[in-house]
Amino acid sequence: MNWAYFWSLFSISLHAMVPITITAVGEVVGESAGLFNIGLEGILLLSAFTGTLGARAGGPLLGLLAGLATGLGIGLIFGLICAYWKGSQMIAGVGINLFALGFVAFGLQVLGSPGFYTVPRAVQLPPIRTAVGAFSPLIPVALVLPFLVHLVLNHTRLGLKIKAVGENPEAADVAGVPVELTQLFSTAAGAALAGLAGAYMSVSWLGSVTKEISAGRGFIALATVVFSGLRPLLALVGGLLFGFFESLATWIQSLPGIKEAVPWQFISMIPYIATLLVVAGVIGRARFPKSLGVPYRRE
Amino acid sequence: MWAWGYNPWPAYAALFKESFGSGYGLASALANATPLILTALTFAIGARAGLFIIGAEGMMYMGAMAAVALSFFRLPSGLHALLALAFAAFAGIVWGLVPALLRILRGVHEVISTIMFNWISHFLAFYLVANVLVDPVRAEKTISVARTSRLPLLLRGTDLSLGIVVASAMAFFLYVYLWHTVSGYEIRAAGANPHAARYGGVSPKKTVLLVFLLGGTAAGLAGAVEVMGRPPTYAVYSGLTNIAGFGFDGIGVAMIGRIHPLGIIPAAVFYGGLQAGARLMQMEAGVPFEMVRAVQGVIVLALALPELIRIFRVFVRTLFPKRRLA
Repeated sequence: MNWAYFWSLFSISLHAMVPITITAVGEVVGESAGLFNIGLEGILLLSAFTGTLGARAGGPLLGLLAGLATGLGIGLIFGLICAYWKGSQMIAGVGINLFALGFVAFGLQVLGSPGFYTVPRAVQLPPIRTAVGAFSPLIPVALVLPFLVHLVLNHTRLGLKIKAVGENPEAADVAGVPVELTQLFSTAAGAALAGLAGAYMSVSWLGSVTKEISAGRGFIALATVVFSGLRPLLALVGGLLFGFFESLATWIQSLPGIKEAVPWQFISMIPYIATLLVVAGVIGRARFPKSLGVPYRRE
Repeated sequence: MWAWGYNPWPAYAALFKESFGSGYGLASALANATPLILTALTFAIGARAGLFIIGAEGMMYMGAMAAVALSFFRLPSGLHALLALAFAAFAGIVWGLVPALLRILRGVHEVISTIMFNWISHFLAFYLVANVLVDPVRAEKTISVARTSRLPLLLRGTDLSLGIVVASAMAFFLYVYLWHTVSGYEIRAAGANPHAARYGGVSPKKTVLLVFLLGGTAAGLAGAVEVMGRPPTYAVYSGLTNIAGFGFDGIGVAMIGRIHPLGIIPAAVFYGGLQAGARLMQMEAGVPFEMVRAVQGVIVLALALPELIRIFRVFVRTLFPKRRLA
């Protein structure tokens, strides 16, 4: 065992942390305003695919932008259905997930490669090369974003409005805060971030798209939000934690001797079991907005 | 579809000709509907109690594994199939029990726990298919279900097996249970108004447990009827390619069936018909099969709109003035 092994664990952890952290921080914004989006998994999957299309059409930046736009579009639809038309957030979220599942499988076939598509290296986001290895440029973004969102939520009028709408929409309404618009804005912003995370997976981190690229990360991000109790900085901690568990699974398999002793399928379960244990351990102390998941109707 | 460069009209013509235009087509629609009815029931009973169980997929894998595993034993015909169904239901229940307990004891949201369990079961099933249940002759699949444990076909030359009867019986059972027993009424009450139900003496913990047990049974059976009643191989392929997705499709079917056990049956047949048609559409017009799932997602997304559901209900009432849905 030498340092190179541990270093690779650290490097994979950093990369695995990015999609979970960005998605979770986005969802913190949406849930602060009272909308609970279980369609994150679908958004990650869809934007990983559209990100690829964007990258093919005009390079890696357009790819990331395409992912962001996809998330934004889905978020606007979700926000319209749930904030303005008072639809069920659960059902709408399930609909997004089902649509993504079918659409991406369909889209991959249209691209001429059922199930798997490799993003050409020329249009992948080039990593930042340092003396200690190559890192995706989105790693610093994922590290800074939680602080920005923390500032916005806790130290600006906008953040106050968002939290007021999630906590007590009646009072916010009386105070002149446009409840529906604030909810729409918050959930769409959160979904756009999930879209960015999805595009990161295909255009920067993994360099390929599959039907299973999201691999439950949307739901792990939801678990991270639960873990964080809607505090963006804790969401970063949660993202690092879950990113670590995920890379642990990849890392253990690369160790000599392990592959023969333990079947890979059991090692691959680690992130999911760890998520369950962490969520089961922390719940009870997290406090959520009173009106989370409840459509607001003015009386 | 047009946007992707396919000519939609021959595709749709093929879709409907295949799904509902012939006896064979109808039989395939029913055969495809069989597991979907059961996975949809899992979601529906959860939703009636106010729980969002998206774990039918994982429970269904475990049911399929259990049903195949029993084919290692030699038993008389009939009894063998019954035991396999029972073991599959048990496997589904076991897979539902942990999320239920996590919810009861630690308050873990069932959406998160059941999705995590789907992934755990995904990898466990991969392992079982490749290492434990593997066919010694053909490594790409599990052993085939023993002849004594297969569900008999109802129509010669089709895929339609006795499984459709099992699935419909489960739907009728859950309907009677939910609407005509005290315990079923309590479940619906807990879903409709948890606070009122608690004041009325309904134990939320008991409800969660009961719902996961019933849901696990249905989803476990879903996996079993698919491997025990689907010719020609009666096995699970590596990568789970021939069973993956039924659990998620069941969610959509349950929504289209308005989360009512009896509404689910026509919804599943409708969706099963679309699937059968989509296979033909893929052959005749080259449109990928997965399009159906995307269409289903849009339908479910639209169903989130309360206004749309109201219009749909009025529409159904005018079509069938005497009958009442939901």
